[in-house]
Amino acid sequence: MFKYFPHTQTDLDQMLETLKIKSIDELFVDVPKNVRFQREYDLPEAMSEVELRQYFKDIAKENRELVCFAGMGVYDHYVPSVIGSLISRQEFQTAYTPYQPEVAQGTLQYIFEFQSMIQTLTGMDTANASMYDGATASAEACFMAEAITRRNKILVSETVNPNVLATIRTYAHYKNLAVEIVPMKDGITDIESLGHQVTSDVAALVVQKPNFFGIIEGFEIAAGILHGNGSLLIENADISTLGVLKTPREDGADIAIGDCQSLGMPLAFGGPTVGYMATIKPYVRKLPGRICGLSKDVNDKRAFVLTLQAREQHIRREKANSNICSNQSLMALYVTIYLALMGPNGLKEVNELSYQGAHYLHDRLIATGKFKVRFERPFLKEFVLETLIPVELIQEVLLKEGYFGALPLVEFNEEYENLVSFAVTEKRTKAEIDKLVSILEGLSW
Amino acid sequence: MVNYDKLIFEISREGRIGYSLPKPFATEYTLNDVNPRHMRDETPKLPEVSELDVLRHYSNISQKNFGVETGFYPLGSCTMKYNPKINDEIAGNEAFRNIHPLQPASTVQGWMKIYDELQKALGELTGLSAFSLNPYAGAHGELAGLMIMKAYHEKRGDYKRTKVIVPDSAHGTNPASTAVCGMQVIEIKSNKHGRVDLESLKASLTDEVAGMMLTNPNTLGIFESDICEITKLVHSVGGLMYYDGANLNAILGKARPMDMGFDIMHINLHKTFSTPHGGGGPGSGPVGVIDKLVEFLPNPRIKQLDGHFYLEESLEAIGRVSMFFGNSLVWLRAYAYILTLGKENLAKIGDFATLNANYIKELLKTEYFLPITGPCMHECVFDGLIDVSTGVRTLDVAKRLLDYGMHAPTIYFPLLFHQSIMIEPTETESKQTLDHFVEVMLEIAREAKENPERLKQAPLTTPVGRIDEVFAAKKMILTYKDYLEYLTQ
Repeated sequence: MFKYFPHTQTDLDQMLETLKIKSIDELFVDVPKNVRFQREYDLPEAMSEVELRQYFKDIAKENRELVCFAGMGVYDHYVPSVIGSLISRQEFQTAYTPYQPEVAQGTLQYIFEFQSMIQTLTGMDTANASMYDGATASAEACFMAEAITRRNKILVSETVNPNVLATIRTYAHYKNLAVEIVPMKDGITDIESLGHQVTSDVAALVVQKPNFFGIIEGFEIAAGILHGNGSLLIENADISTLGVLKTPREDGADIAIGDCQSLGMPLAFGGPTVGYMATIKPYVRKLPGRICGLSKDVNDKRAFVLTLQAREQHIRREKANSNICSNQSLMALYVTIYLALMGPNGLKEVNELSYQGAHYLHDRLIATGKFKVRFERPFLKEFVLETLIPVELIQEVLLKEGYFGALPLVEFNEEYENLVSFAVTEKRTKAEIDKLVSILEGLSW
Repeated sequence: MVNYDKLIFEISREGRIGYSLPKPFATEYTLNDVNPRHMRDETPKLPEVSELDVLRHYSNISQKNFGVETGFYPLGSCTMKYNPKINDEIAGNEAFRNIHPLQPASTVQGWMKIYDELQKALGELTGLSAFSLNPYAGAHGELAGLMIMKAYHEKRGDYKRTKVIVPDSAHGTNPASTAVCGMQVIEIKSNKHGRVDLESLKASLTDEVAGMMLTNPNTLGIFESDICEITKLVHSVGGLMYYDGANLNAILGKARPMDMGFDIMHINLHKTFSTPHGGGGPGSGPVGVIDKLVEFLPNPRIKQLDGHFYLEESLEAIGRVSMFFGNSLVWLRAYAYILTLGKENLAKIGDFATLNANYIKELLKTEYFLPITGPCMHECVFDGLIDVSTGVRTLDVAKRLLDYGMHAPTIYFPLLFHQSIMIEPTETESKQTLDHFVEVMLEIAREAKENPERLKQAPLTTPVGRIDEVFAAKKMILTYKDYLEYLTQ
């Protein structure tokens, strides 16, 4: 016997008798002999729970937890204890997609709340039930823009995270969409260049806020240029910062997308996180993925249900808006619980504390004389400096001290030589920041 | 709380908070210094609630959900097996959670080892040479797999291959992924045994065929006994074979996709490898390939040299399909599951899953119409009640099951039949659970004859009754803001 298989010998005997067969193997008569797997798997034998714990504990030791001053899409924000407690409830965790809404009101209601929270943070009209992550949400937004405008060229600002850009490029290549980069000028999207690049075949421009360099860009002018050409503005925004920053809607965005990792999720080697996607009313039917709607049951009681499903693959097959099937539901619950706990004030405080810590670090690094400002631009929790110290040396010394930060941008683009990126969240203490500065200040080469 | 029925926004009180944050230490800096043109005009309308409010609210709405630990969950094609607790404990380890994805390779050797060991284990279980764990879900793995298919042909300079053969019994994601990958679908009919019709297949084979997508056992729960002939035919015109791993559970210990002639496949870790479905995600959809396609696997990749793992970005790759490496905490659960079962128990999954499905099939066929006879694999498909005179449809049967404390099977899929009921019990269910389910299904068949009206009103005992889907689609109340506007109308 094995703990996950409840079949006793008596059970097996009775079941075989019911089926009028002598062995289970007879049920596999349709599997041709020549493809039958005849040997043992070349895998370890079953481990007891005791052995299993030790096995993973040993592997975990080969990871190093570091004091995190890095961002670039994943931020070391505070994760309230309540989240872990609630999301581990089996009713949430082990349920399937809510196809039987009468027994899935828990899931459907929090998705409705999630959509509502994304709506108010982005200022858009409607959000879907979530996407895999911010990068794939960006690619899906490009497809959505293609479907709306019936044009096949996507512009992407150079100030967008290179991993997001790379994901857009992959998706676009296979769907035969053209991708063109709008260059960066002094840390922000070059509007003059954009003016030349917006041609009649442009479906949309993708921008990011705060951008890859941590800079808070304004997009009103870009939006004007795009809309004048019948093109869309797709804004990828760090949802946490939208607690204080101008909303994508106020920027003139038609589609807002991004990652929600910064709302209550651990770093976890980058996943799972959850992407969001929001848009304005006219484009709701072009959204990919699940959407939850409010309705009523036969007794006029308020109830929730998946709606507008005629957009989706299980109905429309090859004519669907997207191939996406699941959303990232449980991660959307992380977001919902996090935002419920934080509320408007908590989210503001998180941004204020991160802003303060980041600016404190920024100014002290400049004071060391070993870092220089490259872009004179406003930033929130993440910023880029030019360094005189060899970037490899910085990495080496910080790791030795158990710190992780000063990410060299040259790994993404050779033009970004000597640029390093820092991120500071509300979790970083004054002592940690002072220590980081003193390590870097003391470097000589 | 009995009949708790609030939205989180409705219990909000201005000024209430549910968080504690560190004290500020650099108050000389303030967001007020940022030019107001960058700041939002209005405070976001998020709820203001206490910590206990949040716990009670979500605990209460969780009670309106049905989970695997609530009861039998025979949802066909979804493999709702038990999600072991030890897997969650392993995934909760801080030394895995507190790791930034951009940390240098020397500090994430543990994570990279998990990636490598899991992808190798999946390779052994399927026969394929290598897997990328980067795709986030089954459909995402399909898309990555089709990209690999296209990249392979393009690299050979064969640009005319843009057609993908998909049987009419396939999951909707197959044709949808094909379209998203910029290729066209050739749909082929199933024969009267529910299998790929070889003549239709032959007729669709041209030098424009990039490949074929197939689920085996197919969505009728039937093994494609002509599988060797099918893969040979597709290969003979230069096409590749794609295996939709949604039904992999059925063949563990029995057969491997590579041995059947498949070149590319995805696996749903949240089905076969017991990771929780989370109400619709996060899943994980590793994509695997045979030797000659390894070069096309997505970036970034994790490689090993002299016992040290490192990252690789390849120009031959299809590119990047995810921000970082995929849903890593899901891999931990799946790998813990594989190690818990070990080779001896992994080899029995197909046996028990198939036995359970056949047992149900045998006992229900007196009242439910079995359109395809012969043994099934891990799931069985009925086409509604045999007695259609009562007017009771599959939907009514499904809703009535909820009243009996069981989740409904998948209904109205596959599309080949009008009243499909697709039942997948999985290997973690006991004979006693199956017997009880059969009893209830037969009782419902009796009720259909004696009291059809009650079935049409079911469910009667769930938190809400049948929901007005037309109202939802027409009113489009998709946010709390919409709802407030609707109330003032």
